[in-house]
Amino acid sequence: MSSKDVILGRVRAALRDTPTPEPVVRDYRRSFPAADLELLVDRLVDYRATVHRVAADAVAASVSGITGGTVVVPPGLPLGWRPPGALPDDGLAPDRIAAADAVLTAAAVAVAETGTIVLDASPDQGRRIITLLPDVHIVVLRPDQVVASVPEAVARLDPARPLTWISGPSATSDIELNRVEGVHGPRHLHVLLLER
Amino acid sequence: MTTFLGMPATAPRGVGHLRGDEPFPRAAHTALADGQLRRNLRHATTTIRAKSGRVIAELPDWQELRSAGSAIKADVLSRLPELLERLEARVTERGGVVHWAADANEANAIVTELVRRTGAERVIKVKSMATQEIALNEALEAAGIQPVETDLAELIVQLGQDRPSHILVPAIHRNRSEIRDIFLRAMPGVDPGLTDDPPALAAAARRYLRETFLSTRVAISGANFGIAETGTLAVVESEGNGRMCLTLPETLITVMGIEKVVPAWTDLEVFLQLLPRASTGERMNPYTTMWTGVTPGDGPQNFHLVLLDNGRSAVLADRVGRQALHCIRCSACLNVCPVYERTGGHAYGSVYPGPIGAVLSPQLTGVEDNASLPFASSLCGACFDACPVKIDIPSILVHLRNQAPHPPAEKAVMRAAAYAMSRPRLYARAQRAAKLARIAGRRGRALPPPLSGWTAARDLPEVPRQTFRDWWAAR
Repeated sequence: MSSKDVILGRVRAALRDTPTPEPVVRDYRRSFPAADLELLVDRLVDYRATVHRVAADAVAASVSGITGGTVVVPPGLPLGWRPPGALPDDGLAPDRIAAADAVLTAAAVAVAETGTIVLDASPDQGRRIITLLPDVHIVVLRPDQVVASVPEAVARLDPARPLTWISGPSATSDIELNRVEGVHGPRHLHVLLLER
Repeated sequence: MTTFLGMPATAPRGVGHLRGDEPFPRAAHTALADGQLRRNLRHATTTIRAKSGRVIAELPDWQELRSAGSAIKADVLSRLPELLERLEARVTERGGVVHWAADANEANAIVTELVRRTGAERVIKVKSMATQEIALNEALEAAGIQPVETDLAELIVQLGQDRPSHILVPAIHRNRSEIRDIFLRAMPGVDPGLTDDPPALAAAARRYLRETFLSTRVAISGANFGIAETGTLAVVESEGNGRMCLTLPETLITVMGIEKVVPAWTDLEVFLQLLPRASTGERMNPYTTMWTGVTPGDGPQNFHLVLLDNGRSAVLADRVGRQALHCIRCSACLNVCPVYERTGGHAYGSVYPGPIGAVLSPQLTGVEDNASLPFASSLCGACFDACPVKIDIPSILVHLRNQAPHPPAEKAVMRAAAYAMSRPRLYARAQRAAKLARIAGRRGRALPPPLSGWTAARDLPEVPRQTFRDWWAAR
C-alpha cells in the first residue's frame, strides 16, 4: 500500500464526524477606489525604496543618473528605456549577472496600500535570477499598473507564471526584531513611476 | 510495527524535534533564572507587538479578514483528501513530482534519497518549520550531506550549535552582541573587526553565503501555502535567501505539511493580508515567491513536493483540537503570551513553542508525550485575540488538560471535593473546618504534601474569618 493511500486513509478516518464548517463569508473589502499613487509612493519610501517620478521618454536618462555601471536588462524591455551600454539577458551566466551593478525591469502590478511591486517574468521583466543578484534593482512602473489593494493584485496576476512580490529592498527582522535593510537580495530598490 | 489503514497516527518517537528532554516547569525554571534571556525576550516581543499593532490598525477590515481566514482553513480541513489530490495533479501537470510522507522518518528518507540522486554533497535551506520538526538536517548530515541554513536567524542558531526558540525568529533569545560573538567564533572568513551593529551583522551573513548560493545545486524549502486549484506554491520571506534558494539551484525540494493546502488562488488575497501584519508587523514582507511546477528556462528545472503527515491526521481526528491545524505560523501568539515572554521557546521542548506549540505539539505526539505543555499557560486568552486565523487556543488547552494524566492524589481530592460540594450540610461543615487552618496552620501560603504540587506555582488564598453562610445567618 502506498504512503499516499495511508495518509489519505488516515485523513478520511479523522474526518469520520463529517465536519460541515460555516460557509466562507468574504465580507472583507473587495471593491476599492482607484489606486492612490501618493499612497504608493509613501509606502515605498517608508520601506526604504527610492521613488523617481519620470516622463516615459526620460527612463534611460534617469537610470544613467542612478548608476553609471553595468545594467542588466531583460530581452523584452522597451528599447527606449535602455541606458547606453545595457547588458541584455540572453541567458547570461550567474557570475555575469552577479557582477553587474544594477538591473532594470518593468513590473506586472503594484499595490498602493502595501507598497508592493509584483514581477511575473514577462519578457520585459525577465528571468527571476536577473532581479536577484545585482545590488541595485530599478523598476519602471506605469500608473495603470498600480492597484489599491492586495485582492485586486491577486485578481490581475496569472499563477501559472513565476511571481515575485517585492516590498522594499531585502530586509531582515532577525536581530532583536528590528527591521534592517540589505541582506541577500538587492540592497537598493529604485522605482521609476511614469507620469500619466 | 504495523500501519493500519485509516488509523490517524501521531508523530513517531525517536525522530524529530517535537518532544523536550524535560517537562515544561523544570525547563522553565532554568530559563527564568537567565536574566539576559528575559531582557532579550522582553525587548523583542515588546518591539514586535507595537509594530504589529500599528499596521493591523491600518486595515478597517482586519476582523473580517480573520473570520474569512479561519473559515477557509476550516473548509480546507473538512475536504483535505480532495484538495491534496487536486494539488498533486496540478503540480504533476506542470512538471513537478509529488511524494507522500506518512511520518518524519519517511520524509527524511525521501529527501535524502532525492539529494543523493543529484550527487550533491551540500544543500541550501530556506527556513522551514516542517523540516525542523522532522530533524531533516540531522538526517542529511548522517547521510554525509551538509545542510546550510540561509535564513539569518537559522544561521545564527546553526553556527551557535543552538536550538530555535521562536517560530519566526529562531534566534530571538540572542541579542546583537551575542550574535556578533557567535559569528566571530563560527563563521568562516569573518572580519575579526565585526561590530554588533545590526546592518554590519546582516552584511557579514551576505558575504558568507553569497558564494554558497551560487555554487549549490540543490535547495530545500518549506511552503507557506500550496494552492490546490493551480498547483502554485508560495514562500513568504524577508531577506532574499528564499529567492536565492527558490531560483538559483537546479533542483528544489519542498517539504509541506498536508494542512498547508488552500483551495483557490483567490484565497491568497486573505492570507497575504493576514500573515505579514500578524507576523513581522509589516504591511507586506519584503519578498514572496510563487511558483507552479517547473518553468522552462527560469528557476529550478527539477521540482519535488513532499507532503508530510507526521501526526497531523491525529490532530485532525480531534473535533476540538483540529483547529490548531489552521495555524499559518505567524507567531503572533508567542509575542503576546506572558508565559512565552518570560520563559522563551526552549522551555517548551518542541520546535513549536508558545501558545500554539502548547496545543500543537501535544496533539502531534499524543498528549502523554508532552503532558506538561497544556498547563504552560495562564489561560489569559491574549493568544486567541492575536491569532489572525482565530484559533481558540485557550479552549484547546483546557480540552487537552482533561486528556493529560493527572496524579492519583489530585484525583482523590477532586472526588472528595465533588462529594462534599454536592452535599450542602457536609460542605458547610468543611468550610467551618477550613477556618481552623487560620489558627492551626500558619504554614504560609502552601499546602502540605501530597497537595504541595498545586501550591508550588501559586499561593493558597487566605481563608476568610467568616464563611458566607455564617455572615448570612448573623446578618
